Amino acid sequence: MVKDFQFYKKLFLSTFSVSAFTFGGGYVIVPLMKKKFVEDLHWIDENEMLDIVAISQSLPGPMVVDASVLIGYRLAGIPGAAVTLLSTLLPPFVILSVISLFYQAFRTNPVVNAVLKGMQAGIAAIIADVVLSDGLKICKSKNTLSILIMAASFIAVYFLNISVILVILICGVFGGVTTVIRNRKGGKKA
Amino acid sequence: MIYWKLLWSFLQVGLFSFGGGYGILPVIQQQVVSENHWLTLKEFTDVVTISQMTPGPIALNAATFVGTKLAGPLGAVVATLGCSLPTAILALIIGHYYYKYRDMSLVKGVFEGLRPAIVSLIATAGLSILFLAFFNTETFQIHTLPNIDWKAVVIFGACLLIQRWKKTDPIYIMLGSGAVGVIAYLVL
Repeated sequence: MVKDFQFYKKLFLSTFSVSAFTFGGGYVIVPLMKKKFVEDLHWIDENEMLDIVAISQSLPGPMVVDASVLIGYRLAGIPGAAVTLLSTLLPPFVILSVISLFYQAFRTNPVVNAVLKGMQAGIAAIIADVVLSDGLKICKSKNTLSILIMAASFIAVYFLNISVILVILICGVFGGVTTVIRNRKGGKKA
Repeated sequence: MIYWKLLWSFLQVGLFSFGGGYGILPVIQQQVVSENHWLTLKEFTDVVTISQMTPGPIALNAATFVGTKLAGPLGAVVATLGCSLPTAILALIIGHYYYKYRDMSLVKGVFEGLRPAIVSLIATAGLSILFLAFFNTETFQIHTLPNIDWKAVVIFGACLLIQRWKKTDPIYIMLGSGAVGVIAYLVL
């Protein structure tokens, strides 16, 4: 991939638009980034997208910042990360700077509230779409272990309110340990 | 100097807010309300409300809001960098090692274990937003069932169908559902 001006422009605009539409919590970046970087630009693959989310979720600080920096670094090293960091910080910075001047009027504006109410349902739909696509893919893979991890971690976080960090830690260790065991078994056969 | 104080406070917000979402609210509140008295509790609640109405993470929105209030645009820049640079540097370091070793079977195994869990995490976040849209509460409660917002249900259903069939850019879905929201909640 040639890292010319056009590339950096595309990188900047893609992360800028993701950041400008990160309404309703960090996970909205998943459908937004997946569409841009996986489906349209083919810069990263689907599994890598989930890995980036896993790493971002495990780090402190805003998820969108971590995810953007990781994508920028992956595509163009430190300069890429600098570009994506800037493009991610700009939208909330500009929007909040403007809105902090008249936030009382903004907060109570009925049109703004109606737009947001509609968008909430839309956001729920795009997240549901990503969960359906990725979840069905895992179920179709017939990988019992993956399906079990998916079910168990959902129950742990949603019903038992177990900390997200703890769940990530346990699943990561579990994945590592099963790999080591599988490798040992494979080694004996060979 | 106020810039140093802002930087120091938001460095802590950036470094000690794990897990994202509303879990980080107490960390921000402690810095800007309890310790430094930069915002009143009422102003802090306003910032949270505005954050829900604007894009971007709450920590960054709070940084811009508090920074502007205390020291103008430069204050906002300092606070924003304070809460994003430490995590950005951490992401660079971890990212460096992830891309260096991700083909190792152990690292592969760790992430193979993580991916199904991440899908579930996205699902739980999605459910909270769904219940917020349908019932105005983040968790499902049987007694809120009669208060279901049918307009939101219709918008959700239509958006999901369009997204699954047409695979459009989710940004269009968000813009479209916002426009439909104006018609559904103000006109109808």
